[in-house]
Amino acid sequence: MNTLIFRTVAPFLTALMALFSIFVLLRGHNEPGGGFIGGLIAVSALAIFGIANGIAAVRRALWFHPMAISAFGLFIACLAGLLSAAFGVPFMTGLWVYPVVLGVEIPLSSVMLFDTGVYLVVVGAITSIALALEAGDDV
Amino acid sequence: MTADTMGLTFLAFCLPFLGALIAPALTRLLGHRAAWPLALVPFAVFLHFLGFNGKIAGGEIVTGGYVWVPSYNVSFSWLIDGLSLAFLLLISGIGTLIVLYAGGYLKGHVHQGRFFSFILMFMGSMLGLVASDSFLMLFVFWELTSITSFLLIGFDHAREASRRAALQALIVTGGGGLFLLAGLLLLWDVTDVTQFSLLMSFGPELRTSPYYLAILFLVLGGAFTKSAQFPFHFWLPNAMEAPTPVSAYLHSATMVKAGVYLLMRLNPVMGETPAWETILPAVGGLTLLVGAVLAIRQTDLKLMLAYTTVASLGLLVMLTGFGSEHALAAAALYLVAHSLFKGALFMVAGLIDHETGTRDITKLGGLRRAMPVTFLAALLAALSMGGLPPFFGFLAKEEVYTALAGGSLRQIAFTAAAVIGNGLMFAVAFAVALKPFLGAPVQTPKHAHEGPALLWIGPTLLAVKGLVIGLFSAVTHAMLTSPLASAISGAPQTITISAMPHLSLAFGLSIATVAFGIGVFLMLDRAREAANRLIEDIGWGPDRGFDQAMTGLVRAASAISRLLQPGRMEIYMTATFAVIALALLVPPVIYGEWPRLPVWPAGMPFHELAVMLLAVLGIGAVLTASNRLTAIVALGIQGFCVALLFLLFGAPDLAFTQFMIETLSVVILALVMTRLELTPRDHRPLREKIPDAVIAIACGLGFALYLLKVTQGRFDTALTDFFNLYSKAIAHGANVVNVIIVDFRGTDTLGEIAVVMVTGLAILSIIRIRKGRVGA
Repeated sequence: MNTLIFRTVAPFLTALMALFSIFVLLRGHNEPGGGFIGGLIAVSALAIFGIANGIAAVRRALWFHPMAISAFGLFIACLAGLLSAAFGVPFMTGLWVYPVVLGVEIPLSSVMLFDTGVYLVVVGAITSIALALEAGDDV
Repeated sequence: MTADTMGLTFLAFCLPFLGALIAPALTRLLGHRAAWPLALVPFAVFLHFLGFNGKIAGGEIVTGGYVWVPSYNVSFSWLIDGLSLAFLLLISGIGTLIVLYAGGYLKGHVHQGRFFSFILMFMGSMLGLVASDSFLMLFVFWELTSITSFLLIGFDHAREASRRAALQALIVTGGGGLFLLAGLLLLWDVTDVTQFSLLMSFGPELRTSPYYLAILFLVLGGAFTKSAQFPFHFWLPNAMEAPTPVSAYLHSATMVKAGVYLLMRLNPVMGETPAWETILPAVGGLTLLVGAVLAIRQTDLKLMLAYTTVASLGLLVMLTGFGSEHALAAAALYLVAHSLFKGALFMVAGLIDHETGTRDITKLGGLRRAMPVTFLAALLAALSMGGLPPFFGFLAKEEVYTALAGGSLRQIAFTAAAVIGNGLMFAVAFAVALKPFLGAPVQTPKHAHEGPALLWIGPTLLAVKGLVIGLFSAVTHAMLTSPLASAISGAPQTITISAMPHLSLAFGLSIATVAFGIGVFLMLDRAREAANRLIEDIGWGPDRGFDQAMTGLVRAASAISRLLQPGRMEIYMTATFAVIALALLVPPVIYGEWPRLPVWPAGMPFHELAVMLLAVLGIGAVLTASNRLTAIVALGIQGFCVALLFLLFGAPDLAFTQFMIETLSVVILALVMTRLELTPRDHRPLREKIPDAVIAIACGLGFALYLLKVTQGRFDTALTDFFNLYSKAIAHGANVVNVIIVDFRGTDTLGEIAVVMVTGLAILSIIRIRKGRVGA
């Protein structure tokens, strides 16, 4: 698969897919999508990048160890659930705020934070498996 | 109780744990001198609870606490009456001395800070245990004492004997704790209260309850294991592997008394029944005799003391269950007396060991000049243990005989047991206190001299205290033992016994005990041989039984593991899918519930037909693929077709996910295949492939039938309606699937992503292990 065309196109494709994955994550609450699917798309993006440019490039691009990303996802998902404690409502109650930025109302919620956690867990866990399987020497 | 003192009391319960937190750092800073500031922790606790003394002596009961889980009626609450207070003062008071003693004993040890930390944690657990009002809190602290004692006994973790002793103690006492939990839950169920302070009025209901015996046995399971009653006594002598401060603290004054404490706590509501008054004295009396005989047999100072502790605990259990006011008063007196003299003697034993390098009584002698203070402490403690006037032990023993002596067969039998047990303990007490000190000086591994102040303060203070509280018995009774006995019996009691010898049957029995004790002491070597012969003739003991049980358990576990986990992937896969196939196919066969065959829909659109055909082609490609990699990719074709069908039938989310999953499965499977270094093709002969094929077809068939049956049933739309109605209204989301995942059932998802992460970690480590092996 180490063709010139593939190697040239792969970074752009990856960037595009990563962007798309975030789009899918954010629209998830009202349209088909969500953290799980978004995460899977991001993993495929990274897989393409890895197949084209090697795993070292993927690791450099990720900066963090994928397992750390996964753990961070779980952390913020828990945090999203625990936020409700501060407001005296049961665990995992959805909390919403609607700040207006530049005249546009942006609905933000603990649910979205939670979905982002799901996204990161999926990205981190599956990427680390794929990278470990593909890696030759170091994990 | 005002809010202010409630906060302070709560702080007093937390203080040892806070002390445990800073102990290692403090010890790094100050070395063994950290014992001085750290001893302030238990001392502050001691002073705090001493402040309750007036109120409690006046017959009041102090309760307090905080709500914990109100929906289950669970609270963090304490109950301080005469019983709790006596224990609280013993634990914190002796604890203060033990911390100082440990400062000297483990001076220069690398892990001295860790030791301080452990012992303070234990202290906190023990304080919580004896003050718990709520059942659950009692159980939590009960198990905490087991865990912390595990850490303390195994402190010298490099030695196998320590590790074994620690594990044994944990299994016996921790396992007993589970019995206790069951017993407490039953108590809760029968009485509907979760606090001891409320339980006290439920005596009649409890004694007539059909569950009384079950509760009794479960509670006894906890108490007898913790308090080392026969046949669970074996862990206590083994626990002597611990450093001596631990033995002096846990195994004389505190942890082993937790079982006795529990029995005393429950005596007002569960006592005075035939079962109670049979089992407790019988087991206690037997333990007394067994412990005393085994103590005679030993030559190691600590082991001699450990077995007399077993005997003393037996005596306490016997008295608690004997069933008279005098017996309970005797238990109260003996409890206090024993904690003082046994703690002191253990510390003396440690001191001798520390300064001479041995604690074998046959290798010691003539230390009285080299260690005069130690000798004094030992002598005072032994006089109390031997029960000589005017020491506190004398009062306890007089009360014991007053309680037991009588004309009935039962009274005579238990009096005889008490006289024999006490006589043997008398002999051991003086063997420990005299043999190492009298006679000609003997060459010891280390040059003997008096230990530092840190080491002799504790035993001397405790031993002197045993004399002082005996001399001023009127004050002692008013402040400590009368409230203690009242709490045990559940009705006000006044103890009047004093150190003045008085002519009575009890005094006569006391004299007989002392005479018997002196006799045994003089013939100690012969008595030891006799006891040795007796034990060797019996041969098997519960200690060996414990080993056999553990070996058996490990054998059974590995046999089951070998059966269930043979370690071959294909066996797991075959078993899993065979079970799935059976689960899907057997019920319709038995009940004859087959689905109706579907009718081929008329006018099926061409594209749906095409997708289905493509899926079938994909499967065909899998089967005919020439190598494994092609088969995996072909499997992807089938998966994509199914995803397309989802899309066509209005499930975009599902389809979307399916697409991604299929893609990634192919990528990851291909990666796995390259790592596994399998042959590119499956070379097995046809007869080995056929069983797999049969299972595969059965599974497919089963799922098809199952799906048909499910879709032919009436579809209940209640949930669909609910989510359609409320998704936007409650959760502000139009995508019902996503709203369910992240909001309505968010906690589920949280669990699932945790599983995803942990699975990722597991796979990562498996891959690493494989790499390590290849590399090595």
